[in-house]
Amino acid sequence: MIVESALRPDDAAYRRVVGAGDYWLHPIRAGQTLRIVDLEGNQAADTLFYNLHDIADRYSAVDTIREQANVYLTAGTKLVSTGGNVLLEIVADTCGRHDTLGGACATESNTVRYAPEKKYMHACRDSYLLAVAEHDRYGLGKRDITHNINFFMNVPVTAAGGLTFEDGISAPGKYVELVARMDVLALVSNCPQLNNPCNGYNPTPIELLIWD
Amino acid sequence: MTDQPLHRDVLAAGCHWSLEVRRGHVLRLVDVEGGANLGLLLYNPRNPLERLNLPDTLKCQHTFRLGKGHCLYSDMGRVFCSIIEDTAGWHDAACGASSRALVERRWGRLDYQAARNGMHRSGIDGFLVELGKHGLGRRDLAANVNFFSKVVADADGALRFVPGASPPGARVDLRFEMDALVVMTGAPHPLDPAGRWPARPVAWEIHPAAPPGADDACRDSRAENQRGFRNNDLYHRGCACGEAA
Repeated sequence: MIVESALRPDDAAYRRVVGAGDYWLHPIRAGQTLRIVDLEGNQAADTLFYNLHDIADRYSAVDTIREQANVYLTAGTKLVSTGGNVLLEIVADTCGRHDTLGGACATESNTVRYAPEKKYMHACRDSYLLAVAEHDRYGLGKRDITHNINFFMNVPVTAAGGLTFEDGISAPGKYVELVARMDVLALVSNCPQLNNPCNGYNPTPIELLIWD
Repeated sequence: MTDQPLHRDVLAAGCHWSLEVRRGHVLRLVDVEGGANLGLLLYNPRNPLERLNLPDTLKCQHTFRLGKGHCLYSDMGRVFCSIIEDTAGWHDAACGASSRALVERRWGRLDYQAARNGMHRSGIDGFLVELGKHGLGRRDLAANVNFFSKVVADADGALRFVPGASPPGARVDLRFEMDALVVMTGAPHPLDPAGRWPARPVAWEIHPAAPPGADDACRDSRAENQRGFRNNDLYHRGCACGEAA
């Protein structure tokens, strides 16, 4: 569902461009609005959210899918935690559909999906692991790197139960915007994947904006 | 595989259990009465940080449902087990487990004080009890498979639970390709529309497995699985990250 935002970038309290292959780890307070912008199009922003005060209560793809009875995320979707709490709600979306089935790329899964030789290529789980190691004050570790959201990624489910990875339906400047319903910690890996069309084989930067 | 199991047990309706299944064995799950749901999680007993990863499982095999010919992958690019037989045909990998709040909302509260072991139990509670036996906790809860439950998605992504998809006696044979801690809950599927508490018993058996032959239906069902089996082979030869003894 396409819903545009009335917020102006010039009014944002925070703006940061994150290059392909980099991570972004940042708290977002209850009531703040986060926008993720696909600056050049066809990028995947692999995203996890945690309850800032209880990291075991974190984004759950399966609870979110089940509670909204739909596999795709878009405006109106409430992001549900493992504890059944609403972490954030998507309030604007100019892309229309986001994936939460396909997970983040990893060097290990790259060996299975593509070829054994792909195991030294930079992957999202590398970014996640570096992020949690460099910010150990949050107490996060490998066990907290769970089933994530892929903003701007298009992974259609077929009636026969298949899963296809399609060209992105995103384009330069498209964005998704979320309001935090509690204090959360956001962890984004701006995907470095070179082997499939989710990034158009050319990973590009994203921009993060926060409004109070 | 012989019809005589090494061990047989029945997970009573709604209950939970965990066990270590060794490489080279089959875990057979049987939906005794039909309409059961068996929530399942997998961990490497030598390093529980290696665990079932459903996103990798789905995307590596380009599938939304699980069934015969599919493998269940860990986050380390290895195959925990292969689905070598399956008479139900569609197993859910998208809807997770029920919480206590969900169970109460859907089927009402029925506690131990009132119903003894016939109480309504949630999938999450069952998982947490079993995980706790192995030093694991809330942070180790991953997305689980729901064996015997069919949930389809339409073109717009809307989900629908399909009642009656698993007939009485339906069975799934999981051949373990590496040692695994298996955590199970028999709590109902969270989208089961049944008005009355729909928990059903699930029989489980351990059988010795024949090793994959020259043309194995799971290993060779797609090139990705051949590469997954290659990763297992490296692991068992002590040539991979976290190699087995």
